[in-house]
Amino acid sequence: MSTHIGSRRARHTAGPSGWMAVPALLFFLVFAIIPLGGVVLLSFSNWNGLGAITWAGLASWTEILTSPVTINALVVTAKVIVYSFLVQTPISMLLGVFIAGSQKYRALLAVLYFVPLLLSSAAVAIAYKALLDPNFGLAQGLNIPALAQNWLGNPDLALFVVIFVIAWQFVPFHTLIYQGGVRQIPASLYEAAEIDGAGRIKQFFHITLPQLKYTIITSSTLMVVGSLAYFDLVFVLTGGGPGYSTRILPLHMYLTGFEANAMGAASALAVILVVIGLTLALVLQRLGGKDRSASQLEGL
Amino acid sequence: MKTRKTRSMATAIAAATLSLSLAACGSSGPADTGGGNGETTMWSLTGGPEPVYEASVERWNENNPEQPMSVSFFANDAYKNKIRSALGAGQGPTFIFGWGGGVLESYVETNKVMDLTGFLENNPDVKDRFLPSVLENGVVDGKNYALPNNSTQPKVLYHNKQLFEEIGAQPPETWDELMALVPRFEEAGIAPISLGGQSKWTNLMWMEYLVDRIGGPEVFDRIAANEPGAWSDPAVIEALTKIQDLVEAGGFIDGFSSIAADSGADVAPLYTGKAAMLLQGSWVYTDMKTAAPEFVESGDLGWSKFPAVKSGEGHPDNIVGNPSNFWSINADGSGAQKETAKGYLKDTLFDETYIQEIIETGAVPPVKGIEDELQESPDSDFLTFAYEMAQEAPTFQLSWDQALSPGQADTMLTNLDLIFLGEITPKQFTETMNGTIEQGAGQ
Repeated sequence: MSTHIGSRRARHTAGPSGWMAVPALLFFLVFAIIPLGGVVLLSFSNWNGLGAITWAGLASWTEILTSPVTINALVVTAKVIVYSFLVQTPISMLLGVFIAGSQKYRALLAVLYFVPLLLSSAAVAIAYKALLDPNFGLAQGLNIPALAQNWLGNPDLALFVVIFVIAWQFVPFHTLIYQGGVRQIPASLYEAAEIDGAGRIKQFFHITLPQLKYTIITSSTLMVVGSLAYFDLVFVLTGGGPGYSTRILPLHMYLTGFEANAMGAASALAVILVVIGLTLALVLQRLGGKDRSASQLEGL
Repeated sequence: MKTRKTRSMATAIAAATLSLSLAACGSSGPADTGGGNGETTMWSLTGGPEPVYEASVERWNENNPEQPMSVSFFANDAYKNKIRSALGAGQGPTFIFGWGGGVLESYVETNKVMDLTGFLENNPDVKDRFLPSVLENGVVDGKNYALPNNSTQPKVLYHNKQLFEEIGAQPPETWDELMALVPRFEEAGIAPISLGGQSKWTNLMWMEYLVDRIGGPEVFDRIAANEPGAWSDPAVIEALTKIQDLVEAGGFIDGFSSIAADSGADVAPLYTGKAAMLLQGSWVYTDMKTAAPEFVESGDLGWSKFPAVKSGEGHPDNIVGNPSNFWSINADGSGAQKETAKGYLKDTLFDETYIQEIIETGAVPPVKGIEDELQESPDSDFLTFAYEMAQEAPTFQLSWDQALSPGQADTMLTNLDLIFLGEITPKQFTETMNGTIEQGAGQ
């Protein structure tokens, strides 16, 4: 009995006090939990942003869930998530591996790769809009008629243009993450492999890739959950058009809330976004395996 | 195990708030520029007649030092979000800048703006200043809630005279003439019509004019009044069919749905000789003067009214566009603020200097009896045309995206986009739009 109490005391004095988490928790409560609760409440109300807030029950929810526009927004969002992941992961992983090397020119290239990361999404969108203009854009400037496509006006093309621009902007960020991951892999692993006669490609698949497991999970989580927040770029670039072909869920939420002034419906959409974001993030964390403290460096 | 679970839970929540934080954007209200008490404030938009407002407020302050006023300017989209949350929170300015239409109606419904009918009855000279067709757009349920504050902006069919000479044609006066011009321009390797389709509201001009020419202004009056089934009017179907015919015939420039009007990429084909015609607001005249002064000065820029439609019911002089922007007075303001506001509306709004300064920006003030002033302007040809257009128009219809409720406008613009893309039929369009009326009535 007395030893039990003693050990608890010991644990208390050994670790940092739980009170130190209070400021962070307070912030979290004020800026995340309370607004989240507010949004859930609003989703059961009718409010145009001006008059009184009236109770609407499930009206907004039935309207949202039966609307083909919402279903379409969900499909488009899923496409953006999947394609963004498929496009961005291999590119940023390879670039990350490449610039993790130590040669001099790589530092210069690395700096150049990071330029898109420094630009605001709105600036990127406006620049691409101008570049893709069929009459006065890149096609005209470089005199390559093949570039004069109906990039943003063709419903079949516009989504891929959006995915491309998103990748252009965010690949540098994920490259940075992978670069860090690669640099942490002990050189001795590669030396051993070389002695065993493994070539570059074999080394990549048998050492680099498995060693990057947690980096991949981190990068993918940010990529997938981030896809749910690509609002500014799409809003400025296409406004969701042509038609509804690039109206992703966060954009649909914004247009419903701040253009159509239907705060109830927009809040319901926000709740859906939160649930999807939470679920995806949890699933990705699970992919890391149950025993996350298992060593990746056994035998070293 | 448990801590691990909570940790991943926390990560997930943190990630989700990332997407949630979006919900907060746009709702940030102003800190202290508004307010129920204190100074009389005016919120307006940057650009255009910004210096005119500013100078008028200075003049007022000089003449009325005991009733000071101040003016702040915001970018268009930022303003639209700000003013709504500010008014909702009772923090709005004394002078509310507006467009009339659906938004003004929502202000009236929630008692945010002052009834100015009595003020105008007591001051007939103020009421008499404005063109009646324009003043009408500040009226809700027979009462005046808003007075014009800048310029009248009809939508005009511009053309490139040189390109018309090249194929030996005249600007179209009827829809059939317009359709006949399409293959002729195409043969000559010229795009018949430029259109900034990516911006969506640009497509709307074609529909607004066609519905008016075919069925008269009453068709849209019924739509705006939310009469059940109003969108199924045969005039709407015919207008949409005509639009799709024109798209099909290659009337609009290649890749028009990739062209954004906000950067002026729809106007550029006209002055660079790529496209022969453009339907746009009178405001792009000023843009063209800046972007291509030699084109405007050489007299190659022509303009005309929207073509008539054979056996259509609408008067060919009817116009659509922005009759003007408007001032409304905040109903939550203090008595002193309201008095100051009324004084400004009476003495300073559209006084001689104000009118002169608006004309100098290349725009037409919506007031009576300014023919001589317009004659003296370097842009007299265009300004007189636009002024006479507004003066003679039996009706001056507000752009539909402003006239309807914002939710309906969003659905309308997106579905009209689908019409131009040929993805839906006119019938599908009217069915979807009738659905918005039922929803509106149910709320």
